[in-house]
Amino acid sequence: MTLSKSRRLLVLAVAVLLLGGLAAALVLRAASRDDTPSADGPSIAAGAVTLTRPGTLTFLNGVQGPHRGALASVPADAPDSGRTASELNCQRFYAAAGTGVCLRSTPGALAQDNKALIVDAELRTLRSFPLAGTPSRARVSPSGRFAAWTVFVSGESYGAAFFSTRTAIADTRTGKLEANLEEFAISMDGREYRAQDVNFWGVTFSKDDDTFYATLSTAGETHLVKGSISGRSVTTLARNVECPSLSPDETRIAYKKRVRAGASLWREHVMDLGTLQEHTLAEKRSVDDQAAWLDDRTLAYALPTDGAADSTDLWTVPADGSGAPQLLAPGASSPARLG
Amino acid sequence: MYLADRSAPAGAKPAPDDRGPARAPAVASTVLALGTVSMITDISSEMVTAVLPLYLIAGLGLSPLGFGALDGVYNGVSALVQLTGGHLADRVRNHKLIAGIGYGLSALCKPLLLFAHSLGPISVILTLERTGKGLRTAPRDALISLSTPPELQGRAFGVHRAMDTTGALLGPLAAFLILSVAVDGYDAVFGVSACVAVLGVVVLMLFVPSGGADPQPRPSRQPRPPGPRPSGDATATATATDTPIVAAGADRPAPVRLRDALGLLRLPRLRNLAICAVLLGLTTVSDAFVYLLLQRRTGIGDQWFPLLPLGTAAVFLLLAVPAGALADRIGRRTVFLTGHALLLAGYALLLWAPAWPALPYLVLALHGMFYAATDGVLPAAVAATVPGELRATGLALVGTGQALARFGCSLAFGGAWTLWGTGPALAAAAAGLLCCAAVAGFVLRPAAAPDAAHPEPTRTRSA
Repeated sequence: MTLSKSRRLLVLAVAVLLLGGLAAALVLRAASRDDTPSADGPSIAAGAVTLTRPGTLTFLNGVQGPHRGALASVPADAPDSGRTASELNCQRFYAAAGTGVCLRSTPGALAQDNKALIVDAELRTLRSFPLAGTPSRARVSPSGRFAAWTVFVSGESYGAAFFSTRTAIADTRTGKLEANLEEFAISMDGREYRAQDVNFWGVTFSKDDDTFYATLSTAGETHLVKGSISGRSVTTLARNVECPSLSPDETRIAYKKRVRAGASLWREHVMDLGTLQEHTLAEKRSVDDQAAWLDDRTLAYALPTDGAADSTDLWTVPADGSGAPQLLAPGASSPARLG
Repeated sequence: MYLADRSAPAGAKPAPDDRGPARAPAVASTVLALGTVSMITDISSEMVTAVLPLYLIAGLGLSPLGFGALDGVYNGVSALVQLTGGHLADRVRNHKLIAGIGYGLSALCKPLLLFAHSLGPISVILTLERTGKGLRTAPRDALISLSTPPELQGRAFGVHRAMDTTGALLGPLAAFLILSVAVDGYDAVFGVSACVAVLGVVVLMLFVPSGGADPQPRPSRQPRPPGPRPSGDATATATATDTPIVAAGADRPAPVRLRDALGLLRLPRLRNLAICAVLLGLTTVSDAFVYLLLQRRTGIGDQWFPLLPLGTAAVFLLLAVPAGALADRIGRRTVFLTGHALLLAGYALLLWAPAWPALPYLVLALHGMFYAATDGVLPAAVAATVPGELRATGLALVGTGQALARFGCSLAFGGAWTLWGTGPALAAAAAGLLCCAAVAGFVLRPAAAPDAAHPEPTRTRSA
């Protein structure tokens, strides 16, 4: 310590001013992004989004500007046309048969405030469920009766990060909630299975309003499970299957398959549920999303935008493994085809 | 720990950095400076921690489940890093330098987060960040203990831990304030976090002395087991009655070698403390499990789950100073063991209490009290058993043992949960904790009054 006390205080004051100014500038720069619409990119106008209009594609708009995060819609046959942006903001969204599920995360005072909102066709909130963690996946059953969602729960204990998932299924009519699929009975290879490290994610529903498929992870492996809501049970079918998505004709599931153990790299596959035969799709990039079927032949999914940290684009690829990926909508996520 | 002498030890001098009054102040200015550095640094790291899940999942669209495996690998590395930091600090005789490198490394990692967009690089950056944390822990605690007279160690560590926890509570506040001003402003959060971290390093450089000087007399510069003397006198290093003050010519101390570090474990009091820290660590269920169990037991709403750690932290913050001061007054061993008894009471409530509405508050209060009575009290107790020139090494030895033991407990508890379910697993942990606390109480028992006629019962053989 060669500096006198007053010198040290002077240096401290200068450091506080410089660092404080830099910090303030960073916050202001980030805050100003909200209100400046991006110059290039699709035109976006505020308007009414209805979940019962057939031939509509809904997604969450991710383009920088005032409507970032809003649920938007475009005609499914002209996805490049102007976007209609609603007032509803979500992290993750899905809709079927006039019912939507919106997973929302807003900054609270001490922690995120995470909610699952069940909305009607006019996007009015019917029910709201608190969530224990960060929104990740959402689905509505084809009839609109059931909704499911997955959140990541981080148990933070002094710098030791650990993550687990929680998956819930809600009956949108009665409000009855299965808060945690981990309470369902698990049958693995014909035997009852229990473990503390069980995690579920990525539910997809069948038309019968009872059968569902999901991913079960335990002991370092992932399994495709077929479950029954009324029976509160699941049965394993196949290994290395994540985020299944049931085709409209219910003969196949699309899913992401981990390429190498331990690596965060996935290839999108389609499996025939009758034979359990799988094939890869033409998409060579790593897909970390629960793909959505636009029809019986086409899958839509989000991929990170090249060179941007927090933006994704929507792509489509044929489900039979032919063709090539095509850009569906830039700056978008959570696709759902209505009617 | 048992304090044999209530009066100020003859050799205790005020910290080298306050040259004013002859009486040591309640808390040395070095401790306040280090507390400020820790508080600022914790604001910075908790800002990142608070928004990281959201950033990974909503911002980058990643699945962070893979982080669990990384944690296991990192725990081993972290332990080695803490030992390295402690040993290096003693070796170069500049605790401030090594602590500064640790703080600097962590500060450097925050802006790097802006450039990593996949799990691999993000894991590497987080690992480096925690390497910085591991590196600075032992030298920082050594600086606290070396700037404080022996009879005030508990309170000094309490003050530091309270300031540190204040930062941990303020971090999320700052982060969510930024996010509410700037939608998706993760880059702003990381940027501001980096600025805050740099400010912490600046405060360290300006207001913390280099350390390495020992304000206390040393019994001997060789950590050899000393000759016959009442064992179990926790403040052996501080009692000037039977220990020579630093020999003349000690102004050029012998270099610290690795051998000396290992030789520390031959000091019976330190060895006993290390054994107890490991034993109790083996039965201390990790925070994450406690919160999960608490939610299962009480059915508190999902929206409250992220707030549970804040409850523990708030109680820890309020009680760290009183618990430390109490430890100085009635004995660190008593307070340390009482802390574990409170944790045991928390386990018991989780196991058997009816579902009172007050149950979550009670368990969190007990959990926070456990931290207040142990987190700063253990290093205060360790500091009293290690000579000044090996202080950081000694603190690192015990800290590392405790960290590895707690990690082992996490693995075992997870396994028991899988095999038997939550109740039996927690019951097993509680039974283990009861046994280990009993053993610790016996091992750390205060010696009989010093009496030269009684040879010490646990005679260590001289090498």
